[in-house]
Order: sequence, then C-alpha cells, then structure tokens
Amino acid sequence: MAGDTRQRTALHSGRLSAGLSGFREVQRLSYECAEAVAAQLRPGVTEREAARMQREWLRDRGVRDWFHLPFAWFGDRTAFTNFRFPLQFFPTNRRLEPGMPFILDMAPVYKGFSADIGYSGSLGLNPVQDRLMADLRAHRELILEQVRECRSLREIYEDVERLMNRQGYANRHRAYPFGVIAHKIDRVKERRWSPTAFGFGTQSLKGLASDALHGHREGWSPLWSPYHFSDHPPQPGLWAVEPHLGFRGTGAKFEEILVVTDSRDPEESAFWLDDDLPHVRRWAEEEKAA
Amino acid sequence: MSGMSGAGAMEPAGARERWVRTGGVELCVVELGERDRPTVLLVHGYPDSKEVWTEVAERLATRFHVVLYDVRGHGRSTAPQPLRGGFTLEKLTDDFLAVADAVSPDRPVHLVGHDWGSVQGWEFATVGRTEGRIASFTSMSGPSLDHFGHWIRKRMARPTPRAAAQLLGQGAKSWYVYMLHTPVLPELAWRGPLGKRWPKMLQRVEKVPAGSYPTASLPSDAANGAWLYRDNVRPRLRRPRSDAYAHVPVQLITPTGDAFLSERLYDGLERWAPDLLRRTLPAKHWIPRTRPDQLASWITEFVTAREEPAARAPEQKAPARYADRFGGQLVLVTGAASGIGRATAFAFAEAGARVVAVDRDEEGAARTADMARLVGAPEAWAECVDVSDEQAMEKLAAKVAAEYGIVDVLVNNAGIGLSGAFLDTTAEDWKKVLDVNLWGVIHGCRIFGKQMAERGQGGHIVNTASAAAYLPSRTLPAYSTSKAAVLMLSECLRAELASKSIGVSAICPGIVNTNITATSRFAGVDEAEEKRRQERSSRLYGLRNFPPEKVADAILRAVVRNEAVVPVTPESKGALWMSRFAPRALRRIARLEPRL
Repeated sequence: MAGDTRQRTALHSGRLSAGLSGFREVQRLSYECAEAVAAQLRPGVTEREAARMQREWLRDRGVRDWFHLPFAWFGDRTAFTNFRFPLQFFPTNRRLEPGMPFILDMAPVYKGFSADIGYSGSLGLNPVQDRLMADLRAHRELILEQVRECRSLREIYEDVERLMNRQGYANRHRAYPFGVIAHKIDRVKERRWSPTAFGFGTQSLKGLASDALHGHREGWSPLWSPYHFSDHPPQPGLWAVEPHLGFRGTGAKFEEILVVTDSRDPEESAFWLDDDLPHVRRWAEEEKAA
Repeated sequence: MSGMSGAGAMEPAGARERWVRTGGVELCVVELGERDRPTVLLVHGYPDSKEVWTEVAERLATRFHVVLYDVRGHGRSTAPQPLRGGFTLEKLTDDFLAVADAVSPDRPVHLVGHDWGSVQGWEFATVGRTEGRIASFTSMSGPSLDHFGHWIRKRMARPTPRAAAQLLGQGAKSWYVYMLHTPVLPELAWRGPLGKRWPKMLQRVEKVPAGSYPTASLPSDAANGAWLYRDNVRPRLRRPRSDAYAHVPVQLITPTGDAFLSERLYDGLERWAPDLLRRTLPAKHWIPRTRPDQLASWITEFVTAREEPAARAPEQKAPARYADRFGGQLVLVTGAASGIGRATAFAFAEAGARVVAVDRDEEGAARTADMARLVGAPEAWAECVDVSDEQAMEKLAAKVAAEYGIVDVLVNNAGIGLSGAFLDTTAEDWKKVLDVNLWGVIHGCRIFGKQMAERGQGGHIVNTASAAAYLPSRTLPAYSTSKAAVLMLSECLRAELASKSIGVSAICPGIVNTNITATSRFAGVDEAEEKRRQERSSRLYGLRNFPPEKVADAILRAVVRNEAVVPVTPESKGALWMSRFAPRALRRIARLEPRL
C-alpha cells in the first residue's frame, strides 16, 4: 500500500496524473497548517480563534479560495454531540481545556488544486482519543481494499459503519450533510474574486453541482453517502474520505484524498494520494513501538 | 460477629477495649485491625451507641485500624454532671481529640460520622484546633449546624417559592428536634414505652435488620443524648459560625430516602468544603445498619485515595452524571457486546461503576470491557455466557459473587429478534426466541436477584423489554410475546422485591439503531429473502438513527429514579399512550403488513 505514488502517477494518463502532484502539495500544506496550528493551541483558545489561525496561516502561504473555510471542534463537539442543524458545525466560542480533544478540518484551494483534510488531536493526554485514532487505521485499510474490489459505495459505507459498531463506536460522519463519508474534489478555476457561501467556496460548489448533474444523468453521485444514490461502483476521480468515529463525547477523524482510476490492475485502480501524513506516521510509530 | 459481651453490647470480633479519661468523663473506646494501618475513627449518632457501626467496622478492619467510641453519656461511656451544658460541641471536640491522641498519636485520623456523629464531625473538620489531626472526613446524614444555620438564613432572607418550599420541607422533617427541646418528656418517653418499642419501630419503618442492635443501653443513650440538641441546636442556628470551612477533604454520603434530612440541605456545600466528593444511596436514615457493604467500600476507596496520592485518578475531569450514585458499584450487563447492552455498560463505566460485560460473543464482550476501563470503570471484566443456558448462568453467578462481589445493578438486556407471521413461525423458532428473550431474563433475575435479596442491602434489576411488549403487530408475534412476558415479569418482580429495597425497571426502547435487525430471524422466507430483509430493516433503523446511547442514559435514569416502565423513543412513548387510551386504533394498525 505504501508504494511510491510518484511512479504510479507517471503511469496514469490525462488530466488526472498531471494534477496529482498539485493535489499532493496542497494536501501536505494543509496538514502542515494543521500541525502548526495544533502546536499553538493553548487552554482558553476558542474554536473561532483556532479557525482563524488556520485561515491566516494558509492565507499567508498563498491560499485565496476554499472548498470550505476551516472548521475547529473542541471537546464533545468533536463527536457532534447534539448536532441537529448544519449551522452547528461552524466554530463557536467554546474554549479549549487541558485534556480536551479537538479536530481541525480545512479545505483550501491552492494553485487551482483543492484538498480537504481533517486532523484530530488533544490538548495534553487523552487516552480515549488515542484509542479512537489507533482504531481508525482499520478503516483506512478497509476502505482502500473495498474500493479496489469495486464494491458499491453504499455497501462500503455500510461495512465501515459495521466495523465502527464492532469497535464500539458511533458513526459520526452520518451527521455531515447527506451523511457522507466522502465527497469528490477536483481542480478549481482560479478567479480574482472567490466568494464563499455558508462557509463553502462558490467555485468548488459549482464544480460539485456540475458533478452532481453529470452523475445524476450517468447514475453516480459525487457524494458518498448511505443512500440509494451512492449505490454504484467507485467513480474515477479524487475522493476526500473522512471516516469520523464518535465515542461518548470524544470524536476522531482523518480526512485525505483517495485516488480512484479506471485501471484494471487493483493496485492501480485506487490508492491513497499520500502515505506520508501525520496519522499514517503515527500508526507506523505505534507499530514500531509495539 | 462475636457473641454478646458486657451489658448486652455486641462487639466485633477481635475488638480491643480501652478507656480514655477526658473533661470529667470516661469514654469507652474499641479498636480493631492492625495499629500500624491508617486509622479510621467512627462516630455514632443519636439515639445510638458505637455498636451502630459494628457491621461497617468489621468490614473496614481488614484494611484499616478501626476505632469506635461511645460519645459521652452514650453506651458505656460516662455522662457529664450536670447534663445541661455538658454536651456542647466544644466539649465533644475535646473528647474527639483525646481519643484521636490516644489511638493514633502520630498520624491524623480518617473521620467518619453518622447522624450526630456527622454533626460533630463537621465541627471537628472546621475548627482550627483539630487541624493536622484529621486526614479526611466522611459525612452521612448529619449536616454542620453552622452550615444549616446559614442555609436557613439564606432562604429566610430571600423566600422565593422554591426557598420557602425547601424551608418548610426540612422544617417538617425536623419535628423530632422540636419534641426533644421540651423538658423531661423525651426522657420519660425514652425510658418508658418509646425505648421499649424503638427496636421494632426501626425494623418496621427504617428497615433496619433485626439483631443485637439497638443495644440495651438505648433508653439512657436517648435520654442523655437529648442534651446534644438542647445544648447546641438553638445557639448554633441563631449564631452560625461564619468561618466553618472544612480544612480536610470531605466525602458526603446522602441517603435519598432519609426521613429526617432533606437532600437540599447540601446544596451549595462546595462553598464550605472545597474538596468535596458526593455520593448518594437509595436508602433510609440508618445506612450503617442497612448498607454496610456500600459504606465500607466507599470509605475504603476515599481513605485509600488520601493515603496513597498515586492511586488517585490523575485527571481532574468533572464527574460524570450519576457518578455520585454508581461510583464503585458492581454492574452486570448481559448482551453487552453490542447495541444497547454495550452502550449501557459504557454509561455505567463512565459513572465510575465496575462492569461485568456478559455476552455470547466473547470478542465483543472483551472489547466492551476494554473500552469500559478506558472511559472510567475502575475495573471491568468480560464473561462469555449464553443467557439461555441455566447452568452457565449459575456458574457465572457463583464466579461473579466469589471474585467481584454481589451485583448492585443487573441489566438483563440480551435479546434476539424474530419476525414473521405466526403461522410461518416454527416451534423451533419459538423456542429459540423464548430461550433468550424470556428465559435469559428469568435466569438472570432468579439467580442474581436471589443473591441481591440474600445480601439484604438493596440493588436494582433492569430488564430490557420492548415497545413491542404493548404494541400488537402481525409481523412480530413471537418477539412481542417474549417481550410482553418480560414486561409483566418485571412488574411482578418489582412488587415482590420492593420489600427488600430492590427496584425493578422494564425498559421499552422502541426503534433503536443496533445490530438486532442484522441478526434477526425472518420466519417463512428463504435465506436470500431473509438476508434482503435484514439489510432492508437495518437501513430503515439506520434512517431512524436513534442512538443506543440515549437508551443507556434512560436506563441509568430509571435506576436512579426507580422507574417501573420506561418507554424511550417517541414512538415507544406514543405506543404506550395509545395502548392505554386508544387500544382499538393500535389493533387496527396491527393489521397492516409493512413491506420490507
């Protein structure tokens, strides 16, 4: 799985392969931002401040457009406790306390490439979240394996949910709009003016909407959900996959880009865009320690 | 327990007696356990003598140096002369210091007080001259008179409806205090008919087990002890000390069924005792007699944590809801490898309970126990048992009792689903569903309920029934029958066990997103169709998406409030309402055949 993606990229043809390095660059940049902001978090920092820190960090490095503006969730908001309206996803004045889990989620557009990442951590020790993060590894492997088997996205979704239940967790990505575990992302045209609506970049929304229209005609959807419209094999393209575990007021997720191609070789049909990410490194370290 | 000794006094096995002279009285002191262990000093209340502590002291003596003494004028201690003015809290503090110096000259003692012993304890824990002599204080059923005075003042100064109700409520509960202030009459009553009838009254009204308590000294204890009230209550309530801050960690154990003290008395106690740990117990006033196991375990835990700071939990998280009620209790949950059972195990674990997770699925049960420890259970175990197997359940009960203790809360949750028309359901199907859903509950209640009843210290049984128990349908005849039986069993058992202070609740969850749909049997269809229906119903339940965690919360609440029948989801509540007020409409609906 940890094979060299660069080599693979060279094998692909067309629009996709040319862009992979661009997507990888913006994904790395986002994770760097998450790690930098996480390192600056102190007791008393609010979600709004954490979101602003992410926004400013990325702005300083040339990000002008967003798939969505950065989110930050602290404490039991990491598990979306009592979330009923989409507005509740937006950062609040909740303050960070020692031992509290947090999640940073951002989706910048950089040089026309977009990424969507999620970074989980805690201020000081949080054994529960550590366990959640460790258990997310099985989900990353399961998703890749099943996408390579070309199973229907809806079935994969249900298998992931079953694994979560077996682990004793609640499926919290069900709380996202349309209950999605993943959504497609794509290149975004760079404009001088890139407004956002409800936290989402209009350019990206336009791309998603046009995908949805095409998909509707062709029988697929850019949203990977538990519903009927996701009952189709993985559609080639880039998917930002975000399994989100919840356990009694503590949540953890990762979010990264899964590349799906139309190749017949299972290895080439799907792969994670980048294996050098904080959560993957963390699992490797844990494995080494064990 | 040893036989009687002295004038009808019963002393615990291995007790060493000594006398301490102080302030013109001689105090009878009894020591148990090894002297080099931490000292736990137990102070009795009114009208009692140190023998009220026998059961608790014996349990503590294996771990601690336990000391009991008769308060002046009580038991075998001598009374001051004259009585009037001889029972002031200042003099009682002198007594305490004399005893503490005699039994533990070098180390501070862990103080435990019940009733007036606790009133005294608050005085000891808040006056300056005892500083350094007390390591911790466990208070039960006895507020500080100074705090009480401020409590009354605050409510008198601002008599909102709530404050007025609290004042009147406690005022009514304090009727005996007014009686004790009349001259001579209380003494006459105690030395006469009341003293004679008191033991029977305690048994009948307060559910204190019969035995050698109260002792023969009761009439004189009660007559002399009246001066505790006369010497202290009026002066302290009129002019409460404004510096009555506890200088030690305090554990407050509040029995919720106390006829003499309102729970509201302790509202805002954190102001006076910054290091406060709250515990609540569904019991009446005389908990040292009725709940010795629970008290001994809480005292042990509290004292140990203060003796070994390393043993204290490192995180200073806000205590979970109901942690005061379930901390350290033993909870056994069947069907704990998934769904409602697992969520319930976690909820109890979060409240600090010790959890036994029972399931047929060994791996799932182990995972539940593992995660339960992670969220706060001090101990958790997994047991692989099929609840429908009587022998296995007997073995489990014996093992649990021997290794973990007597179960305080039993949750009979294991159940399986069976759908299909009655005429399509085979005898084999029926047997399977009744074996787990009904016989599993019967075995659990019978075997573990018996242990609870024999211990005689209360407990609670929760049975997971279902909205299907009162909701007729043409699709779930066998399942509904089994759950209706569980509901009625719970109701009957509740009636039977009420006299033993064991509560029984039936939970009727409704449509909850668990894996019961994926493992349900669908009678009368082939395998492929069964699989399809399992998937289809799982999806529908997923769309409904009512989380099992909410059912778990309802279960904890039901135990705390001792509720009889608890519908959880709105549809379950609606169905219960309809089954009462619109049964015909329900019968019409039952005829519809849902398409899966």
